[in-house]
This record gives sequence, structure tokens and C-alpha cells, in this order.
Amino acid sequence: MDTTVTTGVKENVWGGGNRPLGASYGKLMMWFFLVSDALTFSGFLAAYGFSRFKFMDIWPIADEVFTHVPFFHGNYPMIYVAFMTFILIMSSVTMVLAVDAGHKMKQKAVIWYMFATIIGGAIFLGSQAWEWATFIKGDHGAIETKGGRILQFVNAETGERVALADFAKTIPSERVDHERKNGIWFYGETALPSFSVNEVVAGFKANPNILVRTETIGEDGHKTLLTRQESLDKLANASQVVEGANLIHNEYGSRLFADFFFFITGFHGFHVFSGVVINLIIFFNVVLGTYEKRGHYEMVEKVGLYWHFVDLVWVFVFTFFYLV
Amino acid sequence: MAHGHKLEIFRGLVKFKSNTQKIWGVLAFLTFVTAIEVVLGIYKPAGLVETHVLGMKLLNWIFIILTLVKAYYIAWDFMHLRDEKSSLRRAIVWTPVFLVIYLSFILLVEGDYIYNVYKDGFVTWNF
Repeated sequence: MDTTVTTGVKENVWGGGNRPLGASYGKLMMWFFLVSDALTFSGFLAAYGFSRFKFMDIWPIADEVFTHVPFFHGNYPMIYVAFMTFILIMSSVTMVLAVDAGHKMKQKAVIWYMFATIIGGAIFLGSQAWEWATFIKGDHGAIETKGGRILQFVNAETGERVALADFAKTIPSERVDHERKNGIWFYGETALPSFSVNEVVAGFKANPNILVRTETIGEDGHKTLLTRQESLDKLANASQVVEGANLIHNEYGSRLFADFFFFITGFHGFHVFSGVVINLIIFFNVVLGTYEKRGHYEMVEKVGLYWHFVDLVWVFVFTFFYLV
Repeated sequence: MAHGHKLEIFRGLVKFKSNTQKIWGVLAFLTFVTAIEVVLGIYKPAGLVETHVLGMKLLNWIFIILTLVKAYYIAWDFMHLRDEKSSLRRAIVWTPVFLVIYLSFILLVEGDYIYNVYKDGFVTWNF
């Protein structure tokens, strides 16, 4: 290899220690991981887009699904998610401030900024848990038809959603929860909904000012309301009462919406959780003075990259789940 | 990274005095963009919803573009891509950009095709 011309005369090209990209090994590996993780998330979001395009005219409208804010009653779409987004961006800022303080070798400042970052992550996780709980518990309740479509109920005068509890009749019935201990075999069942289909249909017939709202989105961008007669025809196909959402049934509309919601926000929430854990480990290392002894705070920078990535993903999840 | 930070954003329009200041400046900008998104998302101006560009509502295009703007500033200033060598930056950015455009194009076209099969084909599913 004597004839090989190298421009960096003093460096040994094959001896290692070169940094052609100007970044250390650890930082490069973090970037490679983040690129592959970004592709995973893109795969999920693209799959979401696929299912949404497939059911373009019946997809739930996010503004009507996520309407709650903790401690407040009423209809506030978007507000809480916007708050969550802000929390995450804010914790990204404290993280980048921690990295900046690390470059200046200010241990105290790094400790406080990392601490603030961890608190921000914890608030976000709590918010997401609340968001999930609200989504799972459900809002007004709905009827699922034999074809698996969802029928919701609307007050004809005000145009507002009506909860099943507001109009369903109480019909005494023998039907009780089938528990595993009473089964002939190892069968149990999930808890029965508060009302049976018959009770809802009877209540609907008794209240002439209630109409059925289908999943179909009309020309004006709103879900289609049926007339009284069409509503009754639709209700003839009712198969069960749905309250809240899980992976199989979803009172808000297409069940795929709930599946993707759980899957994508869940996967993201898992990233936030592991980010908080990794931040905690680095936080304790900073407190113990590990990086002070090492002479640089590059570890803080590396977890910082991960933490910003989590924020970056949320920006996209926010757009494609709540805005678009 | 050790070679100091580049302190201007918006192509040199705004130049900060220190890295800390730049961070707060970027936060202010990101918050502003998010606020615009939320306001548009709540009020949904009729003009933006009714206008369609390339088969999608103009409002949705605005949301996606604003998201990419936010992603740019998070990656460039929070993740310090602005201070990295351009070769590293290009390797990190263009690989996913190319693959994501490819994947979403294929999946969205396919999804639209199935939508039409459900709509015009002899399949009963909405009952």
C-alpha cells in the first residue's frame, strides 16, 4: 500500500480512529438506530394511511372522538392533545439545554435540566394514559350492525349526540353476566353492556326526536343523518350494543381506527417510557459525576438525540391522527 | 459538535447571540406553528376545506407542510444536524425521505384502489 496517496498525511487510514463523518462511534450508531426506527414508524403511519384511504368516506372524524379535557366538562376538541404536544416540545427544549450545559461542563445545570426533562416525559405519559382511559371508556355508546358498522344517536332538534343512557328503556330480563365459574367449559364473557339491543331499540321507538347517524361522511364533511324511517330500517340490522372502544369493537366508528390508535400511540408511548428510563439512568450518572470524571458529556447528547426523536415522531402522530 | 454552533436560522434572517438563545427562539417558533395548526384544526376555514389540491383538501396539505417545517427545526436545531457534516446530514435525511415517499405512494394508491372496489364492485359491506 505504499503507493496509496492519502490526503491526511499524518493519519493512518487503516489503523482506525478516523471520523470521516465527524461524529463519534456512539453517536453514529444512535443515528443509525433512529433512522431505522423512523422507518418503523413510517411503516405504521403509512399502514394507517392505507386503511384510511380504503375507508375514506366512513373514517371517524378525530375532532368528534377526542373531545375531553381532564377536570372540565364539555366539548373541547384538540385542546388536550395540543397541550401534550407542547409538553413534549418543552421537554425537548430542556433536554437540548442540558446538552448545551454539558458542553460547557456545568454539572449542576445538566442535573436540573435533565430533571425537568424527566418530569416533562412523566407528564406526557400520564396524559396519554388518561387519553387511553377516556377512549376505552367511551362517550355516548352506539349500536353495531350485523355488517359491523356503527350507528350513533343524535337529537334531531339540537343536532347533538345522545347517550344511550338518555333514552334506552329498561326491560326486565333474565340475561346475566356469564361467568367462568358457571360455565360448562372454561368459558366466560366480557362484561355485558349497560343496555341490551332491545332496550335501545324500544327506547328509540319511544323517543320520536332521536335520529340515527351513520358513519358515512357527506359532501359537507359531516357524518350523514338518517330520517326517522331510515333510522328504524337501519336499526332492524342491529346486532349489539357497543360502549367505548377496544381492539374488536369501537363505538366511534371504524374499528381499524381504534386498532391503529392503540398500536401507534401505544408504540410511541412505549418509546417515551423507555426514553424516560434511559434519561433517569443518565441523570443518576450525571449526579454521581461519571461524565465529569470522563471529561465530556457525550452520553447526555446521545440520549438527547433519542429524546428529540420521540418528540419528532409525536409531531407526525399528532398531524396524522388528530389534524388531517 | 465541538466546533461550535451555527447560530442563524431562516437562512440567516435571524441570528442569535448564543446557543441557549437559539434554543428558546426555536421553541417560540415551534409553539407558534403548533398554535396555527390547532386554530386551523378547530375552526377548519371553509375555503381551505373545500379547495382540493392533488386530490386532498388544501387544509390537509397545510397541516402536512407545517409538520415538515416543525420536523426540520427539531432535527436541525434540537438534534444539532445543522452543526454536523453535510455527508452525515444527507445520509440521515435522504434515506428515510426516499423510502417513506416510495412506501406511502404505493400504499395510498393501493388503498384508494380498494376503496373503489368496495364502492363500485359487487361487494356488500355497509349493512
